[in-house]
Amino acid sequence: MTGKSVATDAVAELTDLAVRFPTPAGVVRAVDGVSLKVRRGETLGLVGESGSGKSTTGLALLRLVEPTAGTVQVAGQDVTRWSRRRLRRLRRRVAMVFQDPQASLDPRHTVGASIAEPLAVHRLAASGAARRDRVAELLDLVGLRRDLAERHPHELSGGQRQRVGIARALAGEPDLIVLDEPIASLDLSVQAQIMNLLRGLQRELGLTYLFIAHDLAAVEHMSDRVAVMYLGRIVESGAPAQIWREPAHPYTAALLSAVPVADPPVQRSRQRIILAGDVPSPIDPPTGCRFRTRCPQARPDCAQTDPVLVEIGTGHEAACLFAGEAVRAMRAEPVNAPSP
Amino acid sequence: MTDEAVLSVADLTVTIGTRRGAARAVAGVDWSVRAGQTLALVGESGSGKSMSVLAATGLAPRAARVTGDVRLLGTDLATLSAARRRRMRGRHVGFVFQDPMTSLNPVLTVGRQIGEASEAHLGLTRRAARARAIEMLELVGIPSAAERVDAYPHQLSGGMRQRAVIAMALVCEPDLLIADEPTTALDVTTQAQIVELVADLQRRLGTAVVWISHDLGVVAGLADTVAVMYGGRIVEQGAVDAVFAEPAHPYTAALLAARPDPDANVTELVTIPGTPPSPLELPEGCAFWPRCSVRGDSRCERELPPLVPVAAGHQVRTFYPRQPTGEDR
Repeated sequence: MTGKSVATDAVAELTDLAVRFPTPAGVVRAVDGVSLKVRRGETLGLVGESGSGKSTTGLALLRLVEPTAGTVQVAGQDVTRWSRRRLRRLRRRVAMVFQDPQASLDPRHTVGASIAEPLAVHRLAASGAARRDRVAELLDLVGLRRDLAERHPHELSGGQRQRVGIARALAGEPDLIVLDEPIASLDLSVQAQIMNLLRGLQRELGLTYLFIAHDLAAVEHMSDRVAVMYLGRIVESGAPAQIWREPAHPYTAALLSAVPVADPPVQRSRQRIILAGDVPSPIDPPTGCRFRTRCPQARPDCAQTDPVLVEIGTGHEAACLFAGEAVRAMRAEPVNAPSP
Repeated sequence: MTDEAVLSVADLTVTIGTRRGAARAVAGVDWSVRAGQTLALVGESGSGKSMSVLAATGLAPRAARVTGDVRLLGTDLATLSAARRRRMRGRHVGFVFQDPMTSLNPVLTVGRQIGEASEAHLGLTRRAARARAIEMLELVGIPSAAERVDAYPHQLSGGMRQRAVIAMALVCEPDLLIADEPTTALDVTTQAQIVELVADLQRRLGTAVVWISHDLGVVAGLADTVAVMYGGRIVEQGAVDAVFAEPAHPYTAALLAARPDPDANVTELVTIPGTPPSPLELPEGCAFWPRCSVRGDSRCERELPPLVPVAAGHQVRTFYPRQPTGEDR
């Protein structure tokens, strides 16, 4: 975005990642060929609806789910086949913040103990005193009073608990922090606090984020680059302003048009692209383009060819045979897709 | 009929006894909604928005003490026996909650569940009720309704389940629909479908709607009037356009500014310090003062500001209403 220099070296890189889960109903293709790079010092936003595979992609970066195919590289090392023992080192390099801080913190541990745990696991403090100092420092960083170290998670508000989750993630000085829906369960007034905190910490400490969320406005605000996922694939990526103003993939355009705007006259009169039906099952995704069954601009070719990401502008890629053109057609003549 | 409130609530107060003391969940709330109109109740967790509606419709938890005047279609609900109140609610009020599975019975087909209400309240035969259920499923946009009528809830997607719940809520053509965060658990594209669906059904059936939400964008698109709640009270109320364009309460203004706006390139979002208060620990005076940016003097800490008009049909509860600027957003 503005005034931030982003070096081009990749902190993490996924190449042709696939994650499949066998279920009684068939094999779920949660992630089905995703390649992405997270560069040092940037925030890459990963946005999509439920079932898009965005969270699974984040988990695969930490090897918290096993890739079925493809490779995971962190700090230049291929970690795809690392043993359980070596993974401990990976999990110092890549930290994670979850949606529900209530569920990710041990209710029996004090806040201080929770934050100190990664310090102990990764042997980052020489003594008890050093550990206490570091916990105090981490509490300062995330804007919590030091005396909260003695409290238990249930004594904290949702926003405070999420700050603890962030302090824990910072403890090992990771190369990358995967933020999986970090604001989704917070009250609106608290969401803004957490977003400001995350951006402030990034400026101060030079952190790298993978910001995963379904909230497009939040992703736009937080990210230097955005990747939009649908049914296990990235369908579009680019700079947030680019994606926001000139989406090239019909799904991105539909998603953007569905985001409600808090301005009554605008919201009432907006041209909306209402998609028909639901996301198809990831067990049996449509042939050709996966979005074609819901795309208001689907054409016969779309059933034949599975489109790949192609560059359509500087740093802007879309996986659509009619990228750009289809969106212009949708906007010129808003197709309110027939009721399902 | 159009001028008369379908549901009106006056001086509604809900106190809930808990192990940690009495929680004043709702305190002296007044609102009403007319046929064909949508009232949106907005607020954060613990603001009392859901509790006020549950209490008004007789669905408050047992531990709650509810006082105040509630009229459904002009009838004072307090004068009715519990059985008659339940019957009246079943016939005239439909409910849609955030999680469709709280409304659906997992071991009955959706057709049976939709049909049941029309058997009970409209006196339809089982066969007629089934036909009516299919009709309702079509109305809410469920494809192959004649087959889906025999589906169990788990066989439907989240969006389809919520549609089925809406079909169930509207099968008796109620005068009032209560929608409590009905799209919060859904994806945005599905949310857009459901909002459109309810608006369309409302136009066709003339239903009054009370829509409870924390999402200001959704509210902007569907509400006629809006009541912003904080700490169990209404802090601002009025026509949705007026409240959003010229919020008079510092809380409303801050909430509207806290959302990232992709069209404005800001680095730092406007924040409200702290968190919404628990109903167990409400501050004296104005409940918002500990978080308020314009708190002027100690009066806010001692005295509860009254709800006063700032313009026709626009009321606010603060000693320091924001001055309209004409273009303030």
